[in-house]
Amino acid sequence: MLKVAGIEKGIVIDHITAGKGLKIFQKLNLDKLKTPAVLLMNVPSKQAGQKDIIKIQDDLDIDLTVLGLIDPNITVNYIVNDKIEKKMELKIPEKVKGLFECKNPRCITSVDQYAEAEFTLVPNGKIQYRCSYCEELTEYKL
Amino acid sequence: MTLKGRHLVDPNDMTLEELQQIIDLGLKMYQDPGAYSEFCKGKILGTLFYEPSTRTRLSFESAMLRMGGSILGFSDANTSSVKKGESIADTIRVLDDYADVLVMRHPREGAPKLASEFSTVPIINGGDGGHQHPTQTLTDLITIQNYRGEIKDLKVAFCGDLLFGRTVHSLLKTLSRFENISFVLISPPELKIPYHLRDELINKYQVEIVETTSLEEYLPEIDILYMTRIQKERFFNEEDYIKLKDSYILNRSKLKNAKEDLLVLHPLPRVNEISYDVDDDPRARYFEQATLGVYVRMALMALLLGVA
Repeated sequence: MLKVAGIEKGIVIDHITAGKGLKIFQKLNLDKLKTPAVLLMNVPSKQAGQKDIIKIQDDLDIDLTVLGLIDPNITVNYIVNDKIEKKMELKIPEKVKGLFECKNPRCITSVDQYAEAEFTLVPNGKIQYRCSYCEELTEYKL
Repeated sequence: MTLKGRHLVDPNDMTLEELQQIIDLGLKMYQDPGAYSEFCKGKILGTLFYEPSTRTRLSFESAMLRMGGSILGFSDANTSSVKKGESIADTIRVLDDYADVLVMRHPREGAPKLASEFSTVPIINGGDGGHQHPTQTLTDLITIQNYRGEIKDLKVAFCGDLLFGRTVHSLLKTLSRFENISFVLISPPELKIPYHLRDELINKYQVEIVETTSLEEYLPEIDILYMTRIQKERFFNEEDYIKLKDSYILNRSKLKNAKEDLLVLHPLPRVNEISYDVDDDPRARYFEQATLGVYVRMALMALLLGVA
């Protein structure tokens, strides 16, 4: 099996749904980093069968809201001296601003730069957000 | 409870008690308009109509003039600075110094809410795209109150364009908050209420909804029939409009099976969805509804301006 060494200090984004790792890598702009970062794909997982993992050897300020939006199954581990210092479980954010646009072409946010929609998660079992201006539901897709 | 200085962008901006306060004052004004003829002396209503409107604009203007106030504004975005590319925020920042209350109609959904974020005077949504039309809702509510005595225990049918009809969306959301209201939604499959609104009515308000394509099927059971026009201006192509425009036509013979105390309402203008032979049926109240709309707008402005 492919082996990748642990990191002494940095961040491990674990339990990424297999197939989403590359998109998350790009979304977090990790390809612009100057420090080592690896993306592991299709790693065997007891829970999900397969998963993706990202390891970053840096003190990066990760946007947990965007990660929660992309994949709420993710856990983010902060590593110091080869040990997990902090473990963050993610959840789907209740409020989102600036991460995606309202899908309604008649919404004021599509033409007026002063109007930045705040989206509120709708409790209907889907990842759908209600626009604060036009109330249309937008489903987030990576 | 004071409405002074508040905006009315969405009917849900007001509690049921506040809506009732506006309706009650509107009915008093309707009974005795002369008593309120100087209520808004020295006050100015600014009318910002980015989209053509006859009824709503003139209803607002009549309302302000009947209270002794003045009006200024534009009724065509092509003749205003909007044509030059001015943002809503900039327009509002200037006009809120020129008027004491502003009414805005805009083709973009959410535009009045954006205006309310920059205005120092009350903003009234005069209709935004296919989204909301809260003062039409007030008009509908005052008419129901006037003819039924109270707004509860009603089966309300909406017929026609339920997809783009902002008057329908506003009234559905608002009536859902009143006691024991259920809905019959009559439309062609292409013009059913938007998904987000159905989701809200069912999950948030938990109201009973029946969806049907037949106008006749539920007519004997309903208390209020709210007819709407298929709006040509909301369609991207004329073919779709022509296919749907004659979907429902209410005539006198269809009304034979309806309740004696049914109320037939329509936000107007109508095209052909209500035959002229219905007009003198005592159940047809859409012209009285338009009249009451002036008085409820008088009450709204008087309360937002803090003069009532």
